[in-house]
Amino acid sequence: MLDRTGRVRAPSTRAISSISTLQGDGVTAAAILEIRDISKSFGAIKALTGVDFTLQRGEIHALCGENGAGKSTLMNIIAGIVQPDEGAIRLEGKNVTITSPSAAQRLGIGLVHQEIALCQDATVAENILMAAINNRRAPLMNFRRLYADAQKIMDLLAPIPVETPVADLSISNQQLVEIAKALTLECRVLMLDEPTAALTETEAQRLFAIVRDLKARGISIIYISHRMAEIFSLCDRVTVFRDGRYVATDPIASVTPNDVVRKMVGREITRLYPQKLSPERRTDRPVLSVENLSYRQGSAGVGFTLRAGEILGIGGLIGAGRSEMVQTVCGLCPKVSGSVELNGEPVSIRTYSDAVRAGLVYLSEDRKASGLFLDLSVASNISALDLRKLTTPLGLLDRRAEAKQATDLVERHGVRMGGIETQVSTLSGGNQQKVAIARLLSVGPKVVILDEPTRGVDVGAKVEIHRLLRDLAERGVGVIVISSELPELIGLSDRVLVIREGAIVGELGADELTEEAIMLLASGVRQQRSNARQVQNVA
Amino acid sequence: MEAEIKASAPGLGGRNWLRLGSMREAGLIAIMLALCLAMTFASPHFLTWGNFRAMLMSFSIEGIVVVGMTILLIVGGIDLSVGSVVCFSMVVSGALFLMGLDPWTASLIGIGASALIGAVMGFFVTVIGLNHFITSLAAMVIVRGLCLVITKGTPLSLFTLPPGFKAIGQGSFGNVPYVIVIFVVVVAIFDFLLRRATAFRKVFYTGSNEKAAQFSGIKTKQVKFWVTVLCSTLAGFAGVIYMSRFGAATPTFGAGMELNIIAAAVIGGASLNGGSGTIFGAILGMALLSVVTSSLILLDVSVYWQDMIKGCILLAAVSIDHFLHRRKS
Repeated sequence: MLDRTGRVRAPSTRAISSISTLQGDGVTAAAILEIRDISKSFGAIKALTGVDFTLQRGEIHALCGENGAGKSTLMNIIAGIVQPDEGAIRLEGKNVTITSPSAAQRLGIGLVHQEIALCQDATVAENILMAAINNRRAPLMNFRRLYADAQKIMDLLAPIPVETPVADLSISNQQLVEIAKALTLECRVLMLDEPTAALTETEAQRLFAIVRDLKARGISIIYISHRMAEIFSLCDRVTVFRDGRYVATDPIASVTPNDVVRKMVGREITRLYPQKLSPERRTDRPVLSVENLSYRQGSAGVGFTLRAGEILGIGGLIGAGRSEMVQTVCGLCPKVSGSVELNGEPVSIRTYSDAVRAGLVYLSEDRKASGLFLDLSVASNISALDLRKLTTPLGLLDRRAEAKQATDLVERHGVRMGGIETQVSTLSGGNQQKVAIARLLSVGPKVVILDEPTRGVDVGAKVEIHRLLRDLAERGVGVIVISSELPELIGLSDRVLVIREGAIVGELGADELTEEAIMLLASGVRQQRSNARQVQNVA
Repeated sequence: MEAEIKASAPGLGGRNWLRLGSMREAGLIAIMLALCLAMTFASPHFLTWGNFRAMLMSFSIEGIVVVGMTILLIVGGIDLSVGSVVCFSMVVSGALFLMGLDPWTASLIGIGASALIGAVMGFFVTVIGLNHFITSLAAMVIVRGLCLVITKGTPLSLFTLPPGFKAIGQGSFGNVPYVIVIFVVVVAIFDFLLRRATAFRKVFYTGSNEKAAQFSGIKTKQVKFWVTVLCSTLAGFAGVIYMSRFGAATPTFGAGMELNIIAAAVIGGASLNGGSGTIFGAILGMALLSVVTSSLILLDVSVYWQDMIKGCILLAAVSIDHFLHRRKS
């Protein structure tokens, strides 16, 4: 933070270790932040109903719940972005009222939002010290000092040069800049809202090391995530919210991932992933064969086969070329060479319309940016893929057919909403995703390719989407799933292809699927399929 | 006019897939009715066929341009060159007529030339990848320059236009001028198509989320190109009607018209971010501006105040819309 002379104070540990007095009314010495009986309504919707939450000094505390459980509302209350209707917040045993984000910052509370919100054209330093620059009284910028001060903070996390424009950084480094931004302000409490949502496994591992390091520096951390694996490897305690109410807080050692999920959804989810294809039902009949596909000038061709009844997973690091590869198959990216066969018949795919007509459809990974028309209705979102089918000979849209198609599809796939005229932006992430999938199914596809089908979707909807994909596979539709979430890839796929630098570097059958095996292939430590087997034995 | 609005409002209810649009239209109608009611008491000349005809005439031809602009706004574009293109169409047709061409052929060539300007803009937007704002800003200046070059800066006097051609702009069916009839027909056709035709649904998809539209196999560049051409073509069509109405082609005509037209479309609910808007709403926006102008004249408010008041109405309409949207989300 810049003080009046324009000097930056690096985050000091003084503030963190100074106050730890025992207060009279039941406050333990270890609690740094206490939330008591907080309620908050937005209009008629009760986002939080009398919730409690206690953050111990120096712990990493996971906050879990489905979308809409109230996690983000609580974070926003603690960060001063919204005000609670009732209840008390105590910081270091003192009642505090956090009236604004800057008030939260003065108290040493930092929030790292789920979505990266940085000024892309400004430098890392300008982003990290934005609040300080804003509060600065001097009329001119002192860039030399700004860079020096920002670098000190950035170096706590990773050696990223602070003179770099943010736009030049990878997503994971941008995430670190977001964290650095929250850290500048003598941080005592750091809240991380799904920090790994856009990261690959390796990037996430690097982030975990940094989070543990921050914990060692005495910063108390609230960690929101949907991913059980990372909660169980990183956090000390876990609190579950459901429907805006507090459910339970447990030490992580005394619960299992299943316990947490059960508390989140309020019912037993017996299987997180649907039953895989049984060995006796496996066939060699190819639904989709891709041969010698080259999508980067000068790169070697790739080839793979999708067999009837199976779900084929595609793994690899972000940027390895997974999306590019399937987009090329679908005619969304230009291809250099290669041929595609559907059910044994060669098909010529030059544009995506060709692919759709042939029965090959693709769901893009970013629902908001490239998947849905958020300000249009459910019905018109579903119709977008094949308007020709809904067009009368006069070129008019057959609205009765459109409504019937939309109603059929949303009912079959359990989209919860007001009606097919509902604007898609008002639906939850899981329901939005189901609408996007319903659109693919509206054309009666032979093969569906889904890129990160459950990103940002809560546990309940995730299970439903997985079942839906398995049903499709069982009905003979070819299903290809790209996922960065290894447990999902392993739990869902019958077979996984691993992509690295644009090439298929390995194929893992159902019995050889482990996170280690995938990661070793994806990161280039192991190259061959035979090696993957050995790795699994070691693991 | 009140009756006309009432009659057409129910058609938009029911299964309209852009409900926000109809909410907006209801609000506009309410404001206009209130204004008309107040004016009826304030001025004895307000509620007369003569006054309503004058008001309708004043925005009928511009209304044709608003239709194209609204569709372009929905696709996520904007066209600052419409005023220049209206003039260009007039000047080209007028000059060709003076060179001895019959006025109908001359007009068709004028409209074609306008479409060509749209195609050039569409090329720069879709192939080169410039944005609509800058492209059309450049086109606005270039086309205005062309008008001055063609006319050498002096108005073309076209009093020799045959009566049959002049009738488009000056004649009437009994009490109803042809201009108003043409306007109503154009609006009705495009309002219907925009709500019902599959081709125009693609306009909404492209404007709402271009990336998602591409991932649905929609050729968004083609959509944007043709909408840009359509907007210029309608501006050219309006230019020809102006020529018939005025019997002259002035190289400075239509300067500043684009702002009035964009304002009308935005008051009527078109979003500058694309993805929403209705033609009926935009025409209501145009009508509102026209009722206000007429009221100000009848109330003897100085002409110097008029632009300022119109600007405030635009600001108020957009603010209210923003407020409603924010409360919704």
